[in-house]
Amino acid sequence: MTEPLLKVRGLTKHFAVRQGAAGGKALVRAVDGVDLDVHPGETLGLVGESGCGKTTTGRMLVRLLDPTSGSIEFEGRDITRLGRSAMRPLRQDLQIIFQDPYSSLNPRHTVGKIVAMPLEVNGIKPPGGIKTRVQELLELVGLNPEHYNRFPHEFSGGQRQRIGIARALALRPKLIVADEPVSALDVSIQAQVVNLLRDLQRELDLAFVFIAHDLAVVRHFSRRVAVMYLGKVVEVGDRADIYERPRHPYTKALLSAVPDVAAFGEPRQRIRLTGDVPTPLNPPSGCRFRTRCWKAQDICATEEPALITRDGSAQAVACHFPEPAGPEAAVLVPAQATAHVSEVTE
Amino acid sequence: MTHDAADPPYLQVDDLRVRFSTADGEVRAVDGVSFGLGRGRTLGIVGESGSGKSVTSLAVMGLHDPTRTTITGAITLGGRQLVGMPDDQMQKLRGRDVAMIFQDPLSALHPFYTVGRQLVEAYRTHHPGESKAQARKRAVDMLGRVGIPQPDRRFSQYPHEFSGGMRQRVMIAMSLMNDPALLIADEPTTALDVTVQAQILDLLADLQREFHSAVILITHDLGVVSQVADEVLVMYGGRAVEHGTVAQVMRGPQHPYTWGLLASIPSLHGDPDVDLKPIKGNPPSLINVPAGCAFHPRCAYAMKPEPCAADVPQLLPVLADGHRVACHLPEDRRTSIYTEEIAHVGVAQ
Repeated sequence: MTEPLLKVRGLTKHFAVRQGAAGGKALVRAVDGVDLDVHPGETLGLVGESGCGKTTTGRMLVRLLDPTSGSIEFEGRDITRLGRSAMRPLRQDLQIIFQDPYSSLNPRHTVGKIVAMPLEVNGIKPPGGIKTRVQELLELVGLNPEHYNRFPHEFSGGQRQRIGIARALALRPKLIVADEPVSALDVSIQAQVVNLLRDLQRELDLAFVFIAHDLAVVRHFSRRVAVMYLGKVVEVGDRADIYERPRHPYTKALLSAVPDVAAFGEPRQRIRLTGDVPTPLNPPSGCRFRTRCWKAQDICATEEPALITRDGSAQAVACHFPEPAGPEAAVLVPAQATAHVSEVTE
Repeated sequence: MTHDAADPPYLQVDDLRVRFSTADGEVRAVDGVSFGLGRGRTLGIVGESGSGKSVTSLAVMGLHDPTRTTITGAITLGGRQLVGMPDDQMQKLRGRDVAMIFQDPLSALHPFYTVGRQLVEAYRTHHPGESKAQARKRAVDMLGRVGIPQPDRRFSQYPHEFSGGMRQRVMIAMSLMNDPALLIADEPTTALDVTVQAQILDLLADLQREFHSAVILITHDLGVVSQVADEVLVMYGGRAVEHGTVAQVMRGPQHPYTWGLLASIPSLHGDPDVDLKPIKGNPPSLINVPAGCAFHPRCAYAMKPEPCAADVPQLLPVLADGHRVACHLPEDRRTSIYTEEIAHVGVAQ
């Protein structure tokens, strides 16, 4: 296998917050020791529910947030502590697309100015001039290059997201962190943007970290997928392994909770988790999922499971009692789970 | 949920039209929508932003500002005509016969009052004879019924002390305080995480079985509809374009817009390497709805200019019982397009 483009080890972000009337300090453990590898040209999907730390992770990857500890290597170079000016040339390779196409574009700037900004900031003078390059970019993302002088409010949500993509592409990056790039869009527009990102990836050999809560969109877009829960990666593996043969109970429950039109009318196994995600202010001891897990035993409260591969499978899972690997795994229902698992026909 | 054909529709909407006057012109938010819904049934209204799905439900609740809104047509709820009903009468129905759950429970609950006080108020407004103690007992009962642990203690807490999922449970408890015969849920799970969404959808289905209410579920998520609804009404540009049972619409969709939706959504099960088939262009402005079929500028199969760009297609029955579609394409052509081009893409596969 090639060297990873991006290598993340033990990435941690704790936010200090004031708690209670006395104003005592407390730590939100938003991201708490995350390891990730992203290879050139591949997409790593990052999924999980709100508060799992996926957005914080994404922002640290492009150094919009400073990690509390851990390391980020880009092309073999440690960039964890690089200052602003040392980071600047690297920003050409590392870009981000934001979720909200309304707040991420300056309403007072024309589209031309927005897309040209990365070129100007980095002092890049493309052959043919900045305007030509910007118009090429607009065309690349499916916008009319003549709309160069329009303002963001003159565009629909899907078109604005395309503007954000054009801006991210301006410096020909090697890696783009896409943080929920389609979740603010209507269904029919979502598909347009997903197809655009897929086309761009094929054409430009881009690597993506694709952050989303929508498991079906992530499956459609990502080769490999990491599942996060309360600041930790609980399972990571190839798309087919994660979706067809999930080994972590949380991954299983998450997949089973997705209402999927394609599964309509078919009997399926349904796992219903009780309760909400606990607060990252005071995460459970040991395995953080144990408070909602039907397989939890004493060891889960005392010992934190490591994210490891086992049984000859390439899929890494952080669980003391993972589901068995192999093709028959998906149909096995653990005996202890009967209180939570039911066969339903809709 | 059982199909009870003997029930007369508790809610009947006929040729509903809702218009707003704005500085930019008249917005035709709903333009001739008709449907019926019996007790014990769930209707999913599906559409993208600006399709008129929320405006339709707000008209049923009588929540439009009468100074800016023109509503015509008929909305019959349990035999009473709601269109043109004086506001003092409407107020007596609202919350008692028809209740609503909103997308964002944080802004729908009052931040200054405990949830208990708000639940008690919802009850005593319609039961002025009941004592505070009785109302409190009912509120605590209801909080327990919607799955809130320690309802006695939670009764005295404020909305901000609840998580998103728990807050939505409070909203559901409040909407059920007076046993409404019709419950309208407008994107009730959109703001929630998927594992919590599953809990809330299960809860709604259980409660409906128990209370035998009619439920309108408004959502943009076809997955949610396929899981909990009995019937689906697909809306586009303020009009109903397809109506049928969930099985009819999900397994044999007839309208090109419904095809577009199904082919736009990636599936958890199909081949992930098949490209999605998005609908080109953007939804229309409701101030300037295209002539003829509102979908024709985005429709890959439109027969232009006649009839698709000229005449508004009526919502007419297709061969299957109760399945209706508003499309000029001949039925055999629709069937062949669906099988050849749509049935293997996105969640349609």
